[in-house]
Amino acid sequence: MHMQHQLNQSVPELKKQATTHRKLILEMLEKAGNGHPGGSLSAIDIITALFFNEMKVDPKNPEWNDRDRFVLSKGHGVPALYATLAYRGYFKPEETLALRQLGSVFQGHPDRVRMPAVEASTGSLGQGLSVAQGMAMAGKLDGKDYRVYCLMGDGETQEGQVWEALMSCGNYKLNNLCVFLDANKYQIDGMTKDVMDIEPLEEKIKAFKWNVLRIDGHDMDQILNSLKAARAEKTKPTMIIADTIKGKGVSFMENVNKWHGVSPTKDELKKAIEELERLS
Amino acid sequence: MSSGINIGQLGNATRASFGESLANLGKEFKSIVVLDADLSKSTKSESFSKNAPERFFQMGIQEANMIGAAAGLAFSGKIPFLCSFGAFLTGRFDQIRVTIGYAQANVRLVGTHAGVGIGEDGCSQMALEDLACMRTLPGMAVLQPADDIETKAMMRYLIDHEGPAYIRLTRQNVVNVHDTNYKFRFGKADEILDGKDAVVFATGGLTGNAYTAIKNLEKEGISVGLVNIHSVKPFDKESVQKWSQKVKHVFTAEDHNVIGGLGGAVAEAMAEIGAPAKLHKIGVQDVYGESGTPEALYEKHGLNANGIGRTLKSILRN
Repeated sequence: MHMQHQLNQSVPELKKQATTHRKLILEMLEKAGNGHPGGSLSAIDIITALFFNEMKVDPKNPEWNDRDRFVLSKGHGVPALYATLAYRGYFKPEETLALRQLGSVFQGHPDRVRMPAVEASTGSLGQGLSVAQGMAMAGKLDGKDYRVYCLMGDGETQEGQVWEALMSCGNYKLNNLCVFLDANKYQIDGMTKDVMDIEPLEEKIKAFKWNVLRIDGHDMDQILNSLKAARAEKTKPTMIIADTIKGKGVSFMENVNKWHGVSPTKDELKKAIEELERLS
Repeated sequence: MSSGINIGQLGNATRASFGESLANLGKEFKSIVVLDADLSKSTKSESFSKNAPERFFQMGIQEANMIGAAAGLAFSGKIPFLCSFGAFLTGRFDQIRVTIGYAQANVRLVGTHAGVGIGEDGCSQMALEDLACMRTLPGMAVLQPADDIETKAMMRYLIDHEGPAYIRLTRQNVVNVHDTNYKFRFGKADEILDGKDAVVFATGGLTGNAYTAIKNLEKEGISVGLVNIHSVKPFDKESVQKWSQKVKHVFTAEDHNVIGGLGGAVAEAMAEIGAPAKLHKIGVQDVYGESGTPEALYEKHGLNANGIGRTLKSILRN
């Protein structure tokens, strides 16, 4: 295996890297004039850890057969994926500023046809885990050792198809599959517990024959340790329920649900970048 | 006939031809995988599951998840054949639209139990709107073979086809209209009979019924052409153009709602061409299905050879 396929960044490096990604997320959203900051910022630490520590990928050859796969099932969080892919070397960070513009490959939700680095076209919630399942089944069938990762939203688990997929992945014992559930506690219409309560998630998903872990989704040590535990699991798919903060990293966005689908103004962007720069 | 195929005689159900073909192709093409949602005995994917159990995925009664998993397998280099009743597949239209269609996943969606021809199980099991739904998806091939020979030719073609495809199959036996010399041409109309008074564009099992009806009318001096539309999409507009200038009456025949399927495709093409001919749509006249024997339902909806013959005569005798 080529060394560049897996970066193995350290925890301090990952923290710094995620801050860089946060800045680009906010810049692309400000430029686009709309989009989803809250759920991008809650997911970015996990996505950063995956691409800068855990996953074997080749930015020069996005369709490399033996790559690890990442399916972003909560498609509206795609600015987080674009920022991560950009700094990982798939394209230049400034290119992502074409987000949501006519003719851009940086579509408002992931589009694998326009952008080969994206593994699945998503945006209609509840569908990505099924696609990840198919990839994991193909890996088993071919005797490949690549791993499949998927990131879902917590509100997304209200979709019935998610439970079909959970049941099926458990049944197929897909231990090459590892799913993060970005539990930021909010969805468009309010708090998840008020809109449609999904808890207790651990018990429910365990009952579907999964290895279930619960972590702080902004703690890089915990993210890396949970990934290690997922790799050690021999008979079950792993679900990592990651408790996160919607809008994490920008004080005026944290746990303020208006930032689900509103982009920052120029002034708000400036304020947010200043905050993030104090961190790094 | 040397080929042993009796054209005009009742042959296999296209689902049976599909099942046989799938099992055979599976031996040759190791990238074929098959997914079924607890209907393998009915869709006939069962024989593949016996030949190649490691490449057969029993997905349980979970059509939506099966659609996504098939996409994931396709993105990993497999050629997935995903099987269920057509009604149950197109019921998951959003999954098909986003995960397969928009993503151009190389999946073959196999929808069996087309139309009122399934009989007693009634409306919920009858695919009657599937052609209309699937035809609206950009890049989706929408195919419906007329008989055993064509099903097998289409199956072989689908190994090499790039992009998503929907294949619509019958539960019931259908009349053979092809012999072993038949060559399947994707996207091209298949002209079976020439005629000068009218033409029938037919698809699926109704091609054989139209064939019988037209042969009977021949004896009464009525000359009707027959064109088999196996590719509802991409659709051969040139054939419609040619025929709608040659004859005064164009008929469509399908076991599907007359809205949006073959009748819809021909109507759109004729309007765009500005065709002088008049269109008559034989099919299920914008109603839901119901229980009954296949024979009684085909009589009721005028889809058997007698029914098609009656409709043709009522127009052409005036």
